Amino acid sequence: MTEEGNGAPAVAAARIEAQAAAAIGAAQTTDALAEAVTAVLGKRSDLARAHRDLGRLDPDARREAGRDLHDARQRLEGLAAERRGTLAAAERAAMLQGDRLDLTEVTEVLTPMARGRLHLVTQTQRALEEVFVAMGFTVAEGPEAETDWYNFEALNMPPAHPARSMWDTFYLDLGQPETVVLRTHTSPVQVHLMEHQLPPIHAVMPGRCFRRETPDARHLATFHQLEGLVVDRGITFAHLAGTLETFTNAYFGPDIHTRLRPAYFPFTEPSAEVEITCTICRGAGCRTCSSTGWVELAGCGMVDPAVFEAVGIDPGEWTGFAFGFGIDRCAQMRHGIADLRILDENDVRFLRQF
Amino acid sequence: MRAPLSWLRDFAPIEGDPVALAATLDDLGLVVDAIERVGEGLEDIVVARVDEISGIKGADRIRLTTVDAGDGPLEVVCGAWNFAVGDLVPLAPVGATLPGGMQIARRKMKGVASNGMLCSGRELALSDDHEGILVMNDVEGARPGMLLTEALGIERDVVFEITVEGNRPDAWSIAGVARDLAARLRIPFTVPVPAAAPSLGAPIASLASLEALAPDLCPRMTLRVIDGVPTGPSPRWMARRLLMAGMRPINRVVDVSNYVMLELGQPNHPYDLDRLPGAGLLVRRARKGERLVTLDGVERVLGTPGRGLGDTGEDCLICDAEGQPVGIGGIMGGERAEITGSTTRVLLEVAYFTPMAVARTSKRLGLRTEASARFERGCDPAGIDRAADRFCELLGAPVAHGSLDARGDVPAPLRIDVPASRIEQLLGVAVGAREAAALLEPLGFGCRIDGQVLSVTVPTDRPDVRPEPRGVADVIEEVARTFSYSRIPRLTPSWPEPGGLTPRQRDRRSVADAMAGVGALESWTPTMVDDADHRRMGLTGPAVAIANPVTREEGWLRRSMLPGLVHALARNANRRQGAVRLFEIGTVFSHPDERGRESRGGAGGATAAVLPGERELVSAVFAAEGDDARTAVAAWRVLADALRLSPISVVGDERVPGTHPTRSARLCATGGEVGAVGEVDPAAAAALGLEGLRVGWMEVDLGLLLDPSVAPRRPEEVQPFSRFPSSDVDVAFTVPEDVAAARVHEAIVGATGSLLESATLFDVYRGHGVPAGARSLAYRLRFCATDRTLTDEEVGALRQSAIDAAAAAGATLR
Repeated sequence: MTEEGNGAPAVAAARIEAQAAAAIGAAQTTDALAEAVTAVLGKRSDLARAHRDLGRLDPDARREAGRDLHDARQRLEGLAAERRGTLAAAERAAMLQGDRLDLTEVTEVLTPMARGRLHLVTQTQRALEEVFVAMGFTVAEGPEAETDWYNFEALNMPPAHPARSMWDTFYLDLGQPETVVLRTHTSPVQVHLMEHQLPPIHAVMPGRCFRRETPDARHLATFHQLEGLVVDRGITFAHLAGTLETFTNAYFGPDIHTRLRPAYFPFTEPSAEVEITCTICRGAGCRTCSSTGWVELAGCGMVDPAVFEAVGIDPGEWTGFAFGFGIDRCAQMRHGIADLRILDENDVRFLRQF
Repeated sequence: MRAPLSWLRDFAPIEGDPVALAATLDDLGLVVDAIERVGEGLEDIVVARVDEISGIKGADRIRLTTVDAGDGPLEVVCGAWNFAVGDLVPLAPVGATLPGGMQIARRKMKGVASNGMLCSGRELALSDDHEGILVMNDVEGARPGMLLTEALGIERDVVFEITVEGNRPDAWSIAGVARDLAARLRIPFTVPVPAAAPSLGAPIASLASLEALAPDLCPRMTLRVIDGVPTGPSPRWMARRLLMAGMRPINRVVDVSNYVMLELGQPNHPYDLDRLPGAGLLVRRARKGERLVTLDGVERVLGTPGRGLGDTGEDCLICDAEGQPVGIGGIMGGERAEITGSTTRVLLEVAYFTPMAVARTSKRLGLRTEASARFERGCDPAGIDRAADRFCELLGAPVAHGSLDARGDVPAPLRIDVPASRIEQLLGVAVGAREAAALLEPLGFGCRIDGQVLSVTVPTDRPDVRPEPRGVADVIEEVARTFSYSRIPRLTPSWPEPGGLTPRQRDRRSVADAMAGVGALESWTPTMVDDADHRRMGLTGPAVAIANPVTREEGWLRRSMLPGLVHALARNANRRQGAVRLFEIGTVFSHPDERGRESRGGAGGATAAVLPGERELVSAVFAAEGDDARTAVAAWRVLADALRLSPISVVGDERVPGTHPTRSARLCATGGEVGAVGEVDPAAAAALGLEGLRVGWMEVDLGLLLDPSVAPRRPEEVQPFSRFPSSDVDVAFTVPEDVAAARVHEAIVGATGSLLESATLFDVYRGHGVPAGARSLAYRLRFCATDRTLTDEEVGALRQSAIDAAAAAGATLR
């Protein structure tokens, strides 16, 4: 039996609490407080000891004493938390005060350091832009959040059009009906361009796109596309084929060729899928190209009359072609990246390589 | 879809090497993903009877068998235990090559010679079974010595696995593929007219009824009644074709139904007539909230609009004659009237469902079937009767006289006039009207040449062709496709307008290059983030939520790139790749509620919508050895200089969210604030996994920074500089901590005017000799004039002006 245990339990609890509160109040730093709290609330504290001694009381007294001790502990913990908040705020204020720095009195110049790097996607985008700029294209951009109209409807995909399922779409929560999406392709930039600029138009449109897909080695849910659009007098499918071949030779090398085969996109007619000589085996046949010697690169076609109609361009006077392909995919093909997911991992051992 | 060559040959005499045929299909836009050779490598395999099995001394896993393959006993060692004496098994004799390319030779195992190999189903590429030898005791007519292919009825075949584009429902069938191929190969193509099935005698109206109440959703339907359906499995040839096409044989009726769909592209639905109350069908709209358990055992709630524009929640229900649903039109049947093995009376439904209606219902219910996928692309309304006849022919059971029909508005053949000049205008190759007609006619297009105009009648199985004027392009695509894209020349266009980047794009490149120049690596952090990270960084405003996020951690659009960059720092630190500088140029989003809702519609009267605000930022974090807010300020100066910006004020002591309260400043250009610079709040950095590390930070709005009306550039005109010697004067001031160094600098510049070439703060000192609450700032002032050497008196006067002005700003000369 401890000395405290001999007195009336309620008195004992009150005394222990008073002493403990004093100790908590006396702590002047968070570290000191932590020590004080261990001393007055920890396993070896008077409070804990009093609690252990409860077993020796008769049931009624035990219940009452137990409640008193419990209440005391609750109050003390609250007190400690409050004190901790006060001390932490004071310490932070002191730290901030000590840190105070007039950012206009900085005399330092940067410590010399290895040059940084542009992200591989940026480098690839620049290289692609340069090829097209040299061919006479301008570069246009557009927003990443789009209305249903720009992402789908103006591109000849009215609501519920089955072709919409070609793109799994993120919708933004901005009220009903859900009509704002993260663009699933860069094609909406075409629509903006044709709305705001009279033909002739010769532009490429790089940008970030989003699809609600599970990323894998060859697909990312967030990715980069480069769209191309030419609207001019006398533009034909032959020009589309020639432009893509010129681009492919310039970017991938003279031994990389293109071939077109019929495909379906709602916004072009005729439409084609562009395949290029496999950049891994240079056409000999390998695993990447399933032994065909060809890999898919892009979708393309002649601008559909419905799209011209949506933006008010006379398809009798103007014809045009459009194409689109993945910037990340180009980087993957050119640099032999097995898994695209390394691109947004931001590991500096990857970033420093290019 | 999977198209066996033998099945294609039912419609056209297709010959040639499968690889070449696949290339032709590719060129037609019917992309061959794989060529599968069925039954190849089985030529040498024979049926053998096991006559004796005995153990091998010293071996407990293999046994010696004596088999007879028609020419006497043969000893073969075998490691499988699933067969017994008397069983019929496949034998690969010595010299045989298995489908996988394995060559069988005489081998000795444990001193015993093996004269061949007994094979499992997997070794023969017949099944996945590798548990034991393929035992063929129940194969009818099999006897020792028979070729395995003969015993199992396996013919060599080639299966093309083809992806058909979404706009070509006509080609999504065996007959459709055969037609495209036949047209290109210039060989005849015919779909045989189905032979009449035996008649039941009774008129159909005495056996069943049809009531069609939703002609907009289901404008055309025909019903047939067949009685006395044969039981048992389908004939072997049909089962084999279904298997090759990727469908499992089930029973006579279901197999025929699937066969007709695969062959002609027309989905159809057989019901057990005896399980249909009222013996008939009623087609109507689903009532709101109506429920039905579909064949897959899932209860579906119908008639309720779903997510997205234009969904009115209309579903086409197929009901029994009493009005109780038995299926969702064009998508999936219900459990109630399902065909079973004991069905004897069949009610066959063949219909045309409105494609958009099927698409909406299918999307809303998340229920996509072979039927719905075909109906939503558009089936041929003119092919319905032929499909029903083909079903009856294949089932071969007596059919009630006549049919029950609902006939509403279905797409009719279109007439489109295509000027030959337009073909050349779009394709860049002169395909004349006559040549175009020759290309289109084998595909069922009616062609009439009227001078220089090709007048085309489009068959109803080509819903990809729209009415004029858009349809002109659709017909020309068909000309190009059948002509072959590979024959279209490649021309490089040219135009007088120059290409190039916009000033903004060039500047953006300068920004990125400047950031790389200060040692930062460009990163790519997520656009979709966890809003909790914003709050950890002190960004408390509303973020735009994704309505259908993949995970909660990717549930909002980022409002800042700082959390992403700090996460990237933390991840690299965890991988022991710390001490780095990172930057990113990207888009951040603000909630429309923050700045008043503005909307952006579109031309053509599109619905206006409220959009989030988008800003392009350059953001950087500096966490290399010794980096802190000073690093960020120094980097900012490099960036501002790279862009040749006129001076931008660094205004400290203001609260910038997420940053260190006493180590952050706003960047204020003449046209307003463009960004902020400083240090990440240590508490925020710790919350994102970077404890006890100073992280310098900068975030600048590129839209504002690169707008010369907000942040002017230094003039393009060359600035004259002095050819005369300049004079340097060093002055040091005691400046109270609450006076920003910038104020002293401004005062000096203001007071000394054009004769001041530069005023450089070169030393900051606190400590002995400087009162508490103040620091010493030392400047080097360089004076010169463009037209003369300044005299000592002039320099002295300038020095005094600088000192006086600094004093007025609160600085005391030391």
